[in-house]
Amino acid sequence: MIRRTVRWIDTRTATAPLVRKTLRYLFPDHWSFLLGEVALYAFIVLVATGIYLTFFFVDSTREVVYHGPYLPLQGEHMSEAYRSVLNISTTVKAGLLIRQTHHWAANVFIAAIVLHLFRIFFTGAYRKPRGLIYAIGVTMLMLTLLEAYLGYSLVDDLLSGMGLVIGYSVGLSLPFVGANLMSWLFHGPFPGQGVFWPRMYIAHVLLFPIIIGTLLTVHVLLVAMRHHTQFKQTSSETEHAVRGVPTYPGQTPRSLGLLFGTAGILFLLGGLVQINPIWLWGPYHTYVSTNGAQPDWYLGWLIGALRLVPGFDLVIGKYTLVPNPFWGGAAFPLVVFGFLYLWPSIERKLTGDTAFHNLVERPRDNPLRTAVGVGMVTWVLLVFIAGSSDRVYVWLNISYTSQIDVYRVLVFVLPLVAAAIAHRVCEELVAGEKVEADQHAAEAEARLART
Amino acid sequence: MRKYLAAALVLLLGRGRAAKPERVVPEQPANPGAEAAAVVLLFLAALFAIGFIVVYAVDSLPAHTQLLGVALGLSLLCIAAALIVVAKRLVVTEEIVEPYPPVEHPGEQELIVQTVEESGDGLSRRGLFKLGLGAAGGTLGLAALTPALSFGPLFQTKYFRGTPWRKGTRLVDERSRPYRASDIETNDFYTAFPERTTAAAREDLGAAIVLVRLPKSLLQLPPELEGYDADGIVAYSKICTHAGCAISMYRAPLFQPDEPRPALVCPCHYSTFDPTDGGNVLFGPAGRRLPMLPLSIDSKGYLRAKGNFDDEVGPTWWGTHVWRPSP
Repeated sequence: MIRRTVRWIDTRTATAPLVRKTLRYLFPDHWSFLLGEVALYAFIVLVATGIYLTFFFVDSTREVVYHGPYLPLQGEHMSEAYRSVLNISTTVKAGLLIRQTHHWAANVFIAAIVLHLFRIFFTGAYRKPRGLIYAIGVTMLMLTLLEAYLGYSLVDDLLSGMGLVIGYSVGLSLPFVGANLMSWLFHGPFPGQGVFWPRMYIAHVLLFPIIIGTLLTVHVLLVAMRHHTQFKQTSSETEHAVRGVPTYPGQTPRSLGLLFGTAGILFLLGGLVQINPIWLWGPYHTYVSTNGAQPDWYLGWLIGALRLVPGFDLVIGKYTLVPNPFWGGAAFPLVVFGFLYLWPSIERKLTGDTAFHNLVERPRDNPLRTAVGVGMVTWVLLVFIAGSSDRVYVWLNISYTSQIDVYRVLVFVLPLVAAAIAHRVCEELVAGEKVEADQHAAEAEARLART
Repeated sequence: MRKYLAAALVLLLGRGRAAKPERVVPEQPANPGAEAAAVVLLFLAALFAIGFIVVYAVDSLPAHTQLLGVALGLSLLCIAAALIVVAKRLVVTEEIVEPYPPVEHPGEQELIVQTVEESGDGLSRRGLFKLGLGAAGGTLGLAALTPALSFGPLFQTKYFRGTPWRKGTRLVDERSRPYRASDIETNDFYTAFPERTTAAAREDLGAAIVLVRLPKSLLQLPPELEGYDADGIVAYSKICTHAGCAISMYRAPLFQPDEPRPALVCPCHYSTFDPTDGGNVLFGPAGRRLPMLPLSIDSKGYLRAKGNFDDEVGPTWWGTHVWRPSP
């Protein structure tokens, strides 16, 4: 049976040598190497649940009056898009499970990518010869954030509409071209001529998934061509030799187990833990908004940045050069992603290390990189936390305005402090290891002397 | 798999050949306990999958979403657990060392360069040829992008400046009932639209306004906004000049020592505007004040616009202050 199948495939595809090599491809073993895999599996769940949702979603902002089973919204004017998602959540069997799983998968997808990025960054796995793989990964993170934002916006509930108009305003704030660009996208000023929804929809379900899927494939193929990086765990791992578990039989059940485990947890979350109960938010209108709104976690850094920037437009005479939302909504993420793209070459310039590396470093082995990374993470994290100052005010009754004033200072001071501490901790850890190693050596020598 | 390998071995031996093929995968001792566990887990997964179908079919069950999620989730997790048992106990975990692929292939690179270079022997004027290629490719690319211009107007930014407000337009509430000046009480907050606008037109950023009544003692409009209030009632655009959200909070001065002044607040980024002095920014990221709509009270007591806003409505863009609305 197995022989017949193998022969059937080989005689039709001539791929037996390739398959045989693939079966014995080596996977270095470390838990942190699985983060990227979790992202991949969340993406699979996203595509699967997303396809199901497309059969029920209506990409139209045509105004309709709601007469569905959810009584609190009876007789409300709303868009067809919002009504269709209400129906998915109430009348379509298993619709709410699929919708909530889709939303959870998006949150987990981005979280896994970010953790994967941390692993790659802090171990220096982006160094030559994997610079291109890394750049593709950063690009996918950027596209994924946009893709998730589009999906969130499509629903047209009150929160998603507020998010969309903020995005529109950030677009509008681009110097010299903002209004033209938004007029082009929306066909006139917000909310536009009803053309934006079909555009957003096709971008969310076709364009972005295809681009992300393609980049993902290239990313994984390039990883395989170069082979994985590895930690130096024993003497057999070197820059020239990789030690690992082969695809088959060792790695396959592990990876499939992770796939099914990820999917299982996502469906449990989708069934048991409510997420984005859109029927409570109501339909969006430009003249309605609500207090206490927080976006999905992956946009927290942007809302924090928009809130932290002091109130000014850069104006010369009658001309507004830079409207305010540009700083928090466009410049800030550009700086963060610019850093991510440029860091590998900056590091090469700083250290003069242009060699190829297959062995990754522990964070402590490279105090400079770790310090820079910790500083950046602290910076973005502080802005992220500042985005929930209003919630902190509600919970702890600490004045919102004073919190913002404090954050405006902290975001510049604390990253430097954190970087300095991280640098010191790395050095101390390495020094500690050396002391321990010396001690072991001395003890061994003493034992030798006794015998 | 092992069975077939054994069968293949027997066949080979039966033919009288002594050579025993070398194993690819090292031998793994049997582990009946783990095998049983994996099988049980797989059947459990099947059971939960059937459970999913049953829950789906039976409408009378409560908490449908939760049960469906639990059934599907547990089914998948059982498969995951079975696979992990297989990985840890039933298949051999080999630790193999092999060389990394070479970092580069100079010989191959050289051959590629040679192939490309030698193929161009027939071209005598390479520069001109490249120019032609560039011209054709570039313009064709441009031509392919041109239809995207049909998306929407790139240069008609005048639409960003329009509002439906005209001199004499009455103010109506969400149910299209006209506001009388006497409807507006202090310390309360009203949303108004221009009379006779469709539901769609109300979504225009220039349409919605906020109305508040201020005690005369608090009102201190700057000279250029003199007379914009109607008997202490002031009207501002409801759309925040920062990021376009609706200003939906009114902080009336309830706590004199802390907050002596009333304020209009946008809940998105907490831009805070002062309704007493023409909508200046008190706090938050907004870069300019709220546009103000001049009001009057007609002979029947209805509120009417005395003209258009004094400044451009909506989030700021590069041309915001280039234009002055005509009153």
